[in-house]
Amino acid sequence: MIKESKLVVSQASFRETVLAGDYFMKVIKKGQTFRILDLEGNQAADTLFYNAADPSERYSAVDTIREQLNVYLTAGTKLISNENNVMLEIVADTCGRHDTLGGACATESNTIRYSLDKKCMHACRDSWMLAIAENEQYGMTKRDITHNINFFMNVPVTKEGGLTFEDGISSPGKYVELKAHMDTIVLLSNCPQLNNPCNAYNPTPVEVIIWD
Amino acid sequence: MTTGSHTSLAAKVLYEDKIDAAAHWSLRVRKGTSLKLIDVEGGANVGMLFYNPENMLERYNAPDTLKGQHTFKLTKGNCLYSDMGRIFCSIVDDSVGWHETVCGNTTKKIVEEKWGEKNYQEFRNEWNQNGHNSFLVELAKYGLGKKDMAANLNLFSAVGVDDEGNLQYLENNSKAGDSVTLRFEMDTLVLMHTCPHPLSTATEYPRKPVTYQILQSGEVEDGDFCRNYRDENARGFQNNEIYHLGGACCHD
Repeated sequence: MIKESKLVVSQASFRETVLAGDYFMKVIKKGQTFRILDLEGNQAADTLFYNAADPSERYSAVDTIREQLNVYLTAGTKLISNENNVMLEIVADTCGRHDTLGGACATESNTIRYSLDKKCMHACRDSWMLAIAENEQYGMTKRDITHNINFFMNVPVTKEGGLTFEDGISSPGKYVELKAHMDTIVLLSNCPQLNNPCNAYNPTPVEVIIWD
Repeated sequence: MTTGSHTSLAAKVLYEDKIDAAAHWSLRVRKGTSLKLIDVEGGANVGMLFYNPENMLERYNAPDTLKGQHTFKLTKGNCLYSDMGRIFCSIVDDSVGWHETVCGNTTKKIVEEKWGEKNYQEFRNEWNQNGHNSFLVELAKYGLGKKDMAANLNLFSAVGVDDEGNLQYLENNSKAGDSVTLRFEMDTLVLMHTCPHPLSTATEYPRKPVTYQILQSGEVEDGDFCRNYRDENARGFQNNEIYHLGGACCHD
C-alpha cells in the first residue's frame, strides 16, 4: 500500500548515508520515526531489529507473517518480535511491497545460488558479522543473526508455491518509514550483492533519516 | 553397509517409534540414514528444526532453503539447507506434496485463544502443549535457547498465497497414512514437536500423533533425484562433500 509521509527532512534529528557493502547499527528510541531512503533505486536494505533492553527479543519474520496473514510488508504492517510484541510499525511506504522471505545473502549461500567460486564475494551476513564484532556493547553473536527484512526487494510468491526474484519495484527517491514502539537496535546491511536483480546488479547507497 | 542402488525400494527399517500428539522429542540422525514420518490419523503437524551437532551455530535456514530453490512450498526433490551452504537432508519421498516453513509455532497465547487453556495439573499429558515451548525445552537440552530458535518447518501443513500475498491455511493437506522421508546428508540434531499448526482451523485442539522410522539410506548416486532437482542442489551436495572430505564414509 502506497502511503506518503508528512515528515519534512529538514526537521530530522539524524541523517546518514550508508554505502553499499556497509552496515548501519544504531538504537532508535521509542516514538522516533526511522526512514530508509533508496537514493538511486532498486537497492536492497537487509535489516534486523532487536529490543535495545534485551536483544534476545528480536524481529521475527515468521511471527510477523503469521500475525498479519500476509507474506509482504508495507504501510500498516506491524513488525512482530519472537515474543509476539509489536516492535515497530511501517507508517509510510512509497515502494508498496517489501520482502521478508528471502533472507540475506551470505558467502555460503552464494556458493549454492551462483557458484562455488563466488564464495569470497562480499555479502550482507559478513557486514552483520563485522557489525556485531565492532559493537560489543550490544553483546551480540552469530546466534542473534536471524531472518531479516529486505526493504525495497520484490520476491513474489505464486499460487502454485513458487518463489521468484523480480526486478525491484523501487526507484530513486522511494522510501519506507517505521515508527518504533520500543527502544530498538536497528542493524542494516546495505546489500553488496552483484549476482542478482535485487540491486539491479549495481549496489548503490541508501540514506537513513530519523525524526524525534 | 548397504549395496547402493535400489535401496529406496527396500530401505531397511532400523528403528520405529511413535511421538504422541502434542508432544516433543529430539534425536541425532546420522548421515546415511533417513527419517520417515508417518501421519497416523491424518491432519498431523510436525514442527522441526535442524542443528549441526559438531557446531550448533550451524542451523536450518528457511530463507536460504526457499530462495535457493526458488520455492515457497517444500516437497520431494527439495533439500533442506543450513545457513552454511550445506544440506542437512533431502526430501526423497513425499505423499503429501506441500510442507510449509514460514508460519512458525503456536504459543501459549495462541493456543489459549484458539482452543482454551488445558494445564498439566488438571489434564496431565492431555494438556494443550504449544510448539514454542516445545522447542524451548528441546533446545535447552543441548544448551541452546530462544536466540537459537530459527524459522521452523511445519511438515504435513501447507499455506497458500494469493496475488496480494494473503496467506490461506490449506485444509486436509495430509491424510491418514501420508508420509514424508528425509534422507540425511550430514549428521544432524533434529528437534521436533507434534503440536498443532498455528493457523489450524480445527474447532477442538487437534491431537495428532506421528510414527517415525529410521531407515538405512542408499548411496547418493550421480543421477539422484534431489541432487539433480535444481542446479543449486548439485552445488549444495558439493559443499557437503567438501565438508566430509577425508572422513570415514559409509561404514558407520
